[in-house]
Amino acid sequence: MTRTIAFRLLQSLAVLLVMSFVVYGLMGLMPGDPIDLMIAGDPHLSAADAVRLKALYGLDRPWTERWLRWLAQLLQGELGYSRLYARPVVEAMGPALLNTALLMAASLAVALVVALPLGIAASLRPGSLLDGAVNLIAFASVSLPVFWLGLMLIVVFAVELAWLPAGGMAEVTGDGGGTLAHLVLPVAALALAGIGQYARHMRAAMINEAGHDYIRTAKAKGCSPARVVLGHQLRNALIPVTTIVALEVGGLFSGALITETVFAWPGMGRLIYDSVMGNDFNLALSGLLLATAMTLVGSILADLAYWRLDPRVRRTP
Amino acid sequence: MRAGAVILILLTLAAALAPLFLPAPDALDLAARFAPPSLEHPFGTDELGRDLASRLLHGGRVSLAVALATALLAAAVGTGIGLVAGYHGGLADAALMRLTDGVMALPLLPLLIVLAAADPAKLGVPSEAMDSEGFAVGRLVMIIACVGWTTVARLVRAATLSVRARDYVRAAVAMGASPARIMLRHILPNIASPIVVATTLSVGNIILIESALSFLGLGIRPPLASWGNMLTGAMDVVWSTPALAVWPGAAILLTVMAFNLLGDGLQRALDPRKDAA
Repeated sequence: MTRTIAFRLLQSLAVLLVMSFVVYGLMGLMPGDPIDLMIAGDPHLSAADAVRLKALYGLDRPWTERWLRWLAQLLQGELGYSRLYARPVVEAMGPALLNTALLMAASLAVALVVALPLGIAASLRPGSLLDGAVNLIAFASVSLPVFWLGLMLIVVFAVELAWLPAGGMAEVTGDGGGTLAHLVLPVAALALAGIGQYARHMRAAMINEAGHDYIRTAKAKGCSPARVVLGHQLRNALIPVTTIVALEVGGLFSGALITETVFAWPGMGRLIYDSVMGNDFNLALSGLLLATAMTLVGSILADLAYWRLDPRVRRTP
Repeated sequence: MRAGAVILILLTLAAALAPLFLPAPDALDLAARFAPPSLEHPFGTDELGRDLASRLLHGGRVSLAVALATALLAAAVGTGIGLVAGYHGGLADAALMRLTDGVMALPLLPLLIVLAAADPAKLGVPSEAMDSEGFAVGRLVMIIACVGWTTVARLVRAATLSVRARDYVRAAVAMGASPARIMLRHILPNIASPIVVATTLSVGNIILIESALSFLGLGIRPPLASWGNMLTGAMDVVWSTPALAVWPGAAILLTVMAFNLLGDGLQRALDPRKDAA
């Protein structure tokens, strides 16, 4: 297993490396370049200054060479300076990362708290009204654009009922309070989008376990129904569900990205979007690589969780 | 499945016939901004007085065209890669599958944003070609297909592996058929049903991705209507006319659900064994 994990780590590093190369190349294809933007911002700069600046920043070199230099700097922990936020990339990215983590963790927690009991209940009575409802919700939620769901929540709870703020993170009058109220709608949108899927996976895993011999044994030795379901069946059914949830990190991030745009939530998604749109190369590159790294870590965590939870996998080398 | 097919047929008909009975989607009528639904404008008008029903159906044309073209392109690429990997095995298989794993591991939306933000002028595309509607649509198709081929590639590889050892393939090899002929004439027809199912199911996903990109201003751009960019417009006026935000999203939901229903139904019809699960 250690070897598998080591291999997966190496593979992930390779993906990151290739991704950084490709994204670096793509950045060069974006409209405008940093020096042109500087000149546009300062009318005193002449053409000669532009050439000098290009040489200063190494922009007269081919992009493959610039990529190597960027990589060397990255390995020394130097991510560069964000033009858009006028501060080092690390400082710009830190708060955004926290905000996104808050949004993702809260919505994942809400989604799981609702979805897992729903899935378990549905699996106990296949074909019942509840089972049908769970199935329908799952089906609808994979067909639902998250940003529209967010927009509808704004329409109902912010515009029509005026119960909750439509966007941002804190009141403008701000003593920093009111974050919780601002969190409700984005978390609801992101959680609602996931509930159906998680419930369906939970249901499928429970039904898959129900047919096994150990369930019959537990029933035969006189375990109470609750103990059979929660103590035996659920423990085993949670293994594939955990894996699926960990694998969904990437999807959750994409969902968070667009949810953040709808609700003006100052997180990674907005940061990546703004930096790509605003030609902030350093920030966009770091943000994208971080997003990729998060997705890759999610899939390694899925493997690790599987190994940790299932002794059978642990025993076979 | 039948429900999905019926919805899609009605939607296609409505989108195709829209120009006959509805005003043009970009006909401005500033005197009739935010008009409520009426006989003349069945869904009312938007912030520029354009007929909402007409824009919905024209947006549907664009969304459906993009999604179908992308799904076909992605399926073609995925099938090619899966066939080669599955049939040849060895180094080609390892390399192609690592590539597939790598693309699958990428965060989809951020990557698409970067791809969509790239400036075609820097790739040597003449500026007059860039302004045409066809170019915008084609570009979006290419971008989404770039990341959308992985599911089909994996499926096709797995199916090819299971078919490769069958007697009729070995017979074809013995008769001296070229690898290309074996893959296209002997293997492909026998693994067509999972490809059809996966492609149908992918259309719904692609509509969601396209609408998200258009919503962010990176896909289909105004004045050409698409469901995604109609929602961007609706978001700007959400405080004054919240009703505008309802219909484009409902149209996306309905269409994506229809494709998913159709895909599920096809799966049941073409592969009854999976039904037991």
